Amino acid sequence: MNKHIITSLLLLAAGSVQAVEYNQLQAAQSALTFGYKQMGVPLTGKFNKFSAQVSFDPAKLAKAQAHIDVVLASIDTGSTDADEEVAGRQWFNAKTYPLATFTSSGVTALGGNRYQATGKLSIKGRTMDVTAPVTFQSEGNRGVFDGTFNIKRLAYAIGEGEWTDVSTVADEIQIKFHLVVLAAPVKK
Amino acid sequence: MNTYTRTAKALHWLIALMIFAVFPLGLYMHDLKLSPVKLQLYSYHKWAGMTVLLLVIVRLLWRITHRPPALSLPRLQQIASNAVHHLLYVLMFAIPLSGWLMSSAKGFQTVLFGILPLPDLLAKDKVLGHTLENVHQSLNYLLLLLVAVHIAAALKHHFIDRDQVLTRMLPKS
Repeated sequence: MNKHIITSLLLLAAGSVQAVEYNQLQAAQSALTFGYKQMGVPLTGKFNKFSAQVSFDPAKLAKAQAHIDVVLASIDTGSTDADEEVAGRQWFNAKTYPLATFTSSGVTALGGNRYQATGKLSIKGRTMDVTAPVTFQSEGNRGVFDGTFNIKRLAYAIGEGEWTDVSTVADEIQIKFHLVVLAAPVKK
Repeated sequence: MNTYTRTAKALHWLIALMIFAVFPLGLYMHDLKLSPVKLQLYSYHKWAGMTVLLLVIVRLLWRITHRPPALSLPRLQQIASNAVHHLLYVLMFAIPLSGWLMSSAKGFQTVLFGILPLPDLLAKDKVLGHTLENVHQSLNYLLLLLVAVHIAAALKHHFIDRDQVLTRMLPKS
C-alpha cells in the first residue's frame, strides 16, 4: 500500500515536472544596437525592427535555438542622411537584401549565468560564423539575454566603393543585443 | 611706438586666417552629399573650430591683461569701434562654442584631431540640435557682416583718413 502510494506520487510528480522554456520574444522591451567609430568618434545606432524565434531552456542547452531576423531598412544611425545612405546599394543594399539573419548552431555553458552562442550571420548575401558571449538572467517567467560581438563590416561588403576607406568609418562594428523572452511552460 | 604687442598681432592674424578657412569650409561641407570626404571635412571643421576657441580664450586673456595702444577718435567712431570689437570677441567665442553644443546635441561627439575626446556639453536631443544648427549659422552670418565692417573701417582709416589704425596691427609696424 505504502509502496503503491509512493509510486503514484512519483508518477504524478514526473508528469507535472515542467521544463521552463523561454520562447516568446518581447520585441518592445528588446533592443538591437551597434557601435562603431567614425573619424575616431564613438557612435551608436540601433535597429528598430527585428524578430526572433528563441527557444532556450537552461537545463537543455543542446536543444537551445535562436533565429533572428533584422529589418536592415529600420536602421537608426541618429542622422536621416546616414539612414538613407546605409540602406543604399553600397551599404546594406536593403532592397535586394532586406534582412540580416542569425541562426544559432549551438550554445555552451561558460558557468554561472554565462553562455556562449555560436551561429551563422548572413548579411547582404554573405554568411560568416560568429560567436557571442551571452548572459542570461531570469526572474519568474521573464528571461533576459544580453550579448555583444564584433563583426568586420567589409567582410560583408557593408560599405563598398569609397566607403571601403576604414579611416573614416571603422571596419569593426560592435553588435549588442538585449532580448527579453518570456517562458511558456512545456510539459515533459 | 603706437603699436600692438607681437602676441596680440600674432593672435589677431592667426585667428583671422583660421576664420577665413573654417567659415567657407563650413558652408561648402554642409551641402555635400554624404561621403567619406564629407565626414572628414566635418571633422577638420570641428578641429579647426575648437582650435579657434582655444586661441580666442588665450587672446581674451591677453587683451584683458594688456591695454591696446591708445587711439584718439571722434566720440561716435569710438563708440562704433568699441561696439564692433566687443561683438567680434563675443562671436569668436560664441560661434565655436555653439558648434560644440550643436555637435553634442546631434550626438556626434568632438574628438579633437581624432585623439582627444571633448566632453559632450549637452545630451543628445534632435530638436535642440536643429535649433543650435540655426544658431550656429545665424551667428556666422552676423560675424561675416561684422568682419566686413571691420575690414572696411580699417581700409577707410588707412586710405582715406591716412592714420595708423591699420598699420599698428601689421606684422612690421
